[in-house]
Amino acid sequence: MTGFQPMKLLFLFLGGLVLLFIVAPLAGIYLATSPSEFMETATHREVAGSIWLTLWTSMLATVLFGVAAIPFSWILARRKFPLKRVVSAIIDIPIVIPGSAAGIAILGFVARDSVLGRIGSSMGISFVGNTPGIIVAMAFVSIPFLINAARDGFAAVPEKLEKAALNLGASPARVFLTISIPLAWRAILSGFIMMWARGMSEFGAVVIVAYHPMTTPVLIWERFTSYGLSYARPVTVVFITVCLLFFVILRTVSSKFENAGD
Amino acid sequence: MLAIEKISLRLGQFELNRVSFEVEKGEYFVLLGMSGSGKSVLLQVIAGLIPAGEGGVFLNGREITGEKVQKRGVGLVFQDAALFPNMNVYENIAYPLKARKRGRREIEKEVHELARLTGVDQLLKRSTVNLSGGEKQRVALARALALKPECLLLDEPLSSLDAQLRHELRSLLRKLNHNGQTIIHVTHDYEEAVLLAQRIGVIEGGTVVQQGTPSEVFQHPRSEFVARFTGIRNFFSGTLLDGAGTSRKFRINDIEFFLLSDEPPGEGFIVVRAEDIILSESMARSSAVNNFRGVVTERIPARMGTEVVVDIGIRMAVVLSDESAGSLGLEEGREIWISFKASALKFIRK
Repeated sequence: MTGFQPMKLLFLFLGGLVLLFIVAPLAGIYLATSPSEFMETATHREVAGSIWLTLWTSMLATVLFGVAAIPFSWILARRKFPLKRVVSAIIDIPIVIPGSAAGIAILGFVARDSVLGRIGSSMGISFVGNTPGIIVAMAFVSIPFLINAARDGFAAVPEKLEKAALNLGASPARVFLTISIPLAWRAILSGFIMMWARGMSEFGAVVIVAYHPMTTPVLIWERFTSYGLSYARPVTVVFITVCLLFFVILRTVSSKFENAGD
Repeated sequence: MLAIEKISLRLGQFELNRVSFEVEKGEYFVLLGMSGSGKSVLLQVIAGLIPAGEGGVFLNGREITGEKVQKRGVGLVFQDAALFPNMNVYENIAYPLKARKRGRREIEKEVHELARLTGVDQLLKRSTVNLSGGEKQRVALARALALKPECLLLDEPLSSLDAQLRHELRSLLRKLNHNGQTIIHVTHDYEEAVLLAQRIGVIEGGTVVQQGTPSEVFQHPRSEFVARFTGIRNFFSGTLLDGAGTSRKFRINDIEFFLLSDEPPGEGFIVVRAEDIILSESMARSSAVNNFRGVVTERIPARMGTEVVVDIGIRMAVVLSDESAGSLGLEEGREIWISFKASALKFIRK
């Protein structure tokens, strides 16, 4: 084993560098922001409003589109169908294209003169420059995370259990609700968290579809381009704090879920 | 009652080839075959979990080949029990009742009755995750019975259990059968077949090569595969006599064998491996206590050596090397002595 010691040291060193690379910039902006500055920004109406907007739009995007995506994830995990690989690749497209490109595509899709835009406006919903547009943009870039997590979760449920449930007289819908979903629940929940976090942090797609009302990533960008770094930093720190807080809370709650399931 | 007609199917490495058999109401039918012979696939075809390629499944004269899985009324117990880990024992047993939208009271009553019958009434509130193998099988049985299945399908239900638990579960299966439950049980273990089956079907390479009562199948294997696979050409029913200690006698008609057993006296079977019997020209003075004079009635080349059938009042099969068979000059009609030790006899209670 002694022969491996230098390698172990090298790996530790590299790992430390990567960790530092992530932590250092974050620590830097925290250290550069005084507590009074932090409090002042956090209670500022424009900032608080944008954070609230970002939180609820991303959450709504996750719930609305996520619920529709879960049965689809099950199909991807269980069924064989032609062009399945193509479908899987299509699902990953939002991850690999730039947010701004996604924004341009969505804009064309939901603009007032598009089919969806006309349907929306007939029901009194306007996408562009409005919260429905923000929700659509967030959902577009973040939905792959949920679909992939849920698909892997469903795939990990032993198919035999679903078969056993069918054999015991349960309808396919009942099997899905009482066996598949409960057993894939951890993966689905973690997919929801990932989707929500991704939607919340989206800038490119959101800024193109709706500059106003301003989500926090847009607000940070606006402050930076109009007033400079020192003005954008406190908002950034507040937003990162809120994100981390929610992330930690949800992780804790979901791990409690997991333990209860054991 | 349940009829399988010419089921053919290819599924990966498994293949079923025109499988046909019938099971009567209240019958205990054992499908005996090596692992990979397609017997588990066949059960899933009957349950509708794998579509039949060709052929049909008939229940009480009605074809159910294309019937929805959840409407078939055949309960399948998987080899590893397949209990739902997100539910406790009670909820597992109640699952089929809830699926049928029974009332809460009725479900509670039914679950408790089934739990008593299968001996899991102390476990109802337990999680299924840390049950023992035997407990899991019992819960899976109770759950399948809650369906009130016309026919119960069991996939190697005893294979993961130790000897004591096997014994207990076998008694439970017999009890269920005595209560009128039709059962199809697949296994690779001939002892299970002997102990439980009213009729046996031997499955080889995806097809049923022989079916009949245990004595028909074991004493008159219709193919070398059956003979080799069951491995017990010498299989006889009779009575274990009372006696002191473990040295006992077993009587078939007026022939008595010495054997070692601590079982109580009663009806049962004995098994002697054909390889454990010695042939000699005159009565051998040896440690073997079972010595009989008989007549060679058959001499058949076997896969390994020669098989000779000697009639000593019952027909016993003996396997020996070609060299021995040659030097003894075992032509048909020749008189010969057979001998085997008491410990070569295995007694199986009925």
